[in-house]
Amino acid sequence: MSYAPNTDADRAAMLRAVGVESLDDLFVDIPARHRDPELDLPPALPETDVIRHLGELGARNATSSDLPSFLGAGFYRHFVPALVDQQLLRSEWYTAYTPYQPEMAQGTLQAMYEFQSLVCDLTGMDVSNASLYDGASALAEAVLLCRGLTRRPRVVIADTVHPAYRDVAATYVSALDVDLHVVSAARRDATSLRPDLRPLVNAIDDQTSCVVIQRPDFLGMVVDPDPVVQAAREHGARVVVVVGDPVSLGLLVPPGDLGADVVVGELRSLAGPPAYGGPGAGMFAVRTPLIRRVPGRIAGRTTDLDGKNAFVLTLQTREQHIRRERATSNITTNQALVTLGATISLCALGRRGLREIAEQSLTAAHRAAQALADAGAVIASAAPYFNEFIVHAPGGAAARLERLRQEANVLAGIDLGCVSPTFADLILVAATELTTAGDVEALASAWARTR
Amino acid sequence: MNEEPLIYDLSSPGRRGVRPPLPQFEPVDPATAVPTSELRTDLPLPEASEIDVMRHFLRLSHKNHSVDTAMYPLGSCTMKYNPKVNEVTARTPGLADIHPFQPPATAQGALELIYELEALLASITGFPAVSTQPAAGSQGELCGLLSILAWHQSRGETRTQVLVPDSAHGTNPATGTMSGLQVISLPTAPDGGIDLQNLKKSLGPGVAAIMLTLPSTLGLFERRILEVVDLVHAAGAQVYCDGANMNAMLGRVRPADLGIDVMHLNLHKTFSTPHGGGGPGAGALAVQAHLEPFLPAPRVRRNGDAFELAQPPPTSIGRVHSHLGNFGNLVRAYTYIRSLGAEGLREAADDAVLNANYLRASLSDDYDLPYDRICMHEVVLAGTRQRRLGVRTLDIAKRLIDYGIHPPTIYFPIIVDEALMIEPTETESRESLDNFIDVMRRIAREAESDPDKLHDAPVNAPVRRLDEVTANRRPNVRRQPPA
Repeated sequence: MSYAPNTDADRAAMLRAVGVESLDDLFVDIPARHRDPELDLPPALPETDVIRHLGELGARNATSSDLPSFLGAGFYRHFVPALVDQQLLRSEWYTAYTPYQPEMAQGTLQAMYEFQSLVCDLTGMDVSNASLYDGASALAEAVLLCRGLTRRPRVVIADTVHPAYRDVAATYVSALDVDLHVVSAARRDATSLRPDLRPLVNAIDDQTSCVVIQRPDFLGMVVDPDPVVQAAREHGARVVVVVGDPVSLGLLVPPGDLGADVVVGELRSLAGPPAYGGPGAGMFAVRTPLIRRVPGRIAGRTTDLDGKNAFVLTLQTREQHIRRERATSNITTNQALVTLGATISLCALGRRGLREIAEQSLTAAHRAAQALADAGAVIASAAPYFNEFIVHAPGGAAARLERLRQEANVLAGIDLGCVSPTFADLILVAATELTTAGDVEALASAWARTR
Repeated sequence: MNEEPLIYDLSSPGRRGVRPPLPQFEPVDPATAVPTSELRTDLPLPEASEIDVMRHFLRLSHKNHSVDTAMYPLGSCTMKYNPKVNEVTARTPGLADIHPFQPPATAQGALELIYELEALLASITGFPAVSTQPAAGSQGELCGLLSILAWHQSRGETRTQVLVPDSAHGTNPATGTMSGLQVISLPTAPDGGIDLQNLKKSLGPGVAAIMLTLPSTLGLFERRILEVVDLVHAAGAQVYCDGANMNAMLGRVRPADLGIDVMHLNLHKTFSTPHGGGGPGAGALAVQAHLEPFLPAPRVRRNGDAFELAQPPPTSIGRVHSHLGNFGNLVRAYTYIRSLGAEGLREAADDAVLNANYLRASLSDDYDLPYDRICMHEVVLAGTRQRRLGVRTLDIAKRLIDYGIHPPTIYFPIIVDEALMIEPTETESRESLDNFIDVMRRIAREAESDPDKLHDAPVNAPVRRLDEVTANRRPNVRRQPPA
């Protein structure tokens, strides 16, 4: 079974038309001794059985309905309206390919244009592409853009940028002449953490191509980046801002208004459940002068022969299929379907809806922090935060998280040891508009019980 | 078809869309949580009703052609049927509503799926180690080249060049540049294969790898593959295979058996995860044992009955994805392989290759065939005969749109004049192919008798040909906010 409709009679007739005896004759260019290996694969399963099998695998994972979850760190469980998945299941969207023939892909192209417009509106930037793979590779591409632009070797990254994003950026530049300089941007005083931008400011010099900060940062803090932006301007360096939770843009001053040259981020949370971390969608937005350096696809508005408004992939001379080794990036396939989901979600929520879920997220996080404090926890966040905060776990974050899960069935957060070994007694807790009062009660009472 | 307004034009101040959840808590005033200077004063998003949003995107979807609409023979893209069961399994709550930071103890099924998929892909390709972390083919290429460079370095060698045949996908040379390598283009021999003499000349001590596509973008299997591999290895370099065309080889040859060192797979091509209007894909990377220590990390490891995430060895090239790749597509690809089994996969390759050869044999009277030999999963024709009549390949492509068929890939590979690169895939029936053949012949007749029909095409699509020059010169890439 291969979903192939040919019957044996069809095959026989087609082989005659081709002028060969058998299917084997079509594979004679393969070296004979390597032809027709036995593949060691399990037997084929009909639809019902494959669904059952995958259901069994799924049953061995805990979902957010099984365990109250306060996990965030780039993937947030946000409300995605029901119409989004109904749309994503339309064949015209998901079984189409890259709109290389614009006359029969106006749907995808206009949706891309609307996506780009929404990203610009949300971030305060001028130009957005149609997406990169995820937040992490979007950051890597931003670093490459700034390197190409400034021809400077040094990149200054705050350690309050998502650690996996920093790792991916490091991989992307590993074969290039780039000095990735990770700088502390948070100060630890006993049980509290507060932002400290001075080391970042001091690290920016005349060899710095860009400085990378995150907002809200990986620790959840909302920090005015102005000193960093000023220092970057002074030294001719660019400012790259990673957006933490895209829903925060419903409430907070957008990075474009704060002096960002490039804005990147992860949009999965707007389009569907976390799907174990992928597929996500990398947001990538810049200022107008950088438009011809942007990696990946961009849709543009134009007209057809009759003067009708229409959309087309544009500025393609940036891209690999035209420019080959001189392209701005090697990316071709992007995350179109995820960005379509984000687009529809943002439109369905609208101006007020996004603002309300942003406010509810902020509320849920602050109520959760209060409940934890009432349960005896020490809240370590010593700066304003949006929907993520830090709790001090004196015996170590990993052990406490494991006890909270095993004894109280709560996924309470993330061990911040992934940022720095000195943070291994801190837990990052996230809440959203989908966090219920019951979830918060469960967390607080679990915290009190597991101390 | 009517113009569809922008969603912004369906907006009206104060109109509500979907209602957010009921508040669970006494609201916290944002101004008490963060300084008011941090709060934005405007949010210029549309304000549209739910039904208007639904209708807007539904009407937009009607302007798309898709695999489920009709034939989509886009060469090198493997636009095969996307089985609906894949969409069901990918939406299983236990496989969709799981967070990447969940402790592995609560995600055993997901880790097992990744582990098993890597094992299945290893069996299919013959490579002992696979990483499903790369998000798409191009990212797989980057991982492959970085792994090769790391391997050279581990042997105390610094190599700075990569050889890329002139028929290659543009991603290959672009990836070479991103890997800090100098890209050297290799000319194609008259029979469509690699020119061994030229290869020998190019294989200096600075060459890290050759990137070749198998079958090539000409739709041809490299008959001299074993000689190529031997020459490259003798020069101390590695063989990278662009696996975009793996659909031709399933069950017919395992690329690892040919001596290839690294290969990426496009799960959204060969393994039927949908293309999604341009993505997401998934770009698994398969390597020989000597390159396994360099694979992206973290990797899923089996420990007795349990699955865990192994800490990266110091040799690993590191992460290329925030988490473990495009997991949702791994679920779909796993579903596909489990649905087909070994026999089904081989049948897919057989029918894909048969269908392409049927088109080749049926269309070679009406179109030029630059490489007249058995092809694999795709056939490259040339509109050179039609060009003499004043009709270009672009015109042929646009005329196909009028007949309700998606055009093939055109003007690629770039070494073929007026190229039409046609990949029917195995899921087109003989009747569907016959219809395509009939339409292509009709277009060839029209080129002779009424070339303006082609010049003016399409006339039956939602829009006519577009002004791409102005789009490039004066880019309008977002709605202009009202002043």
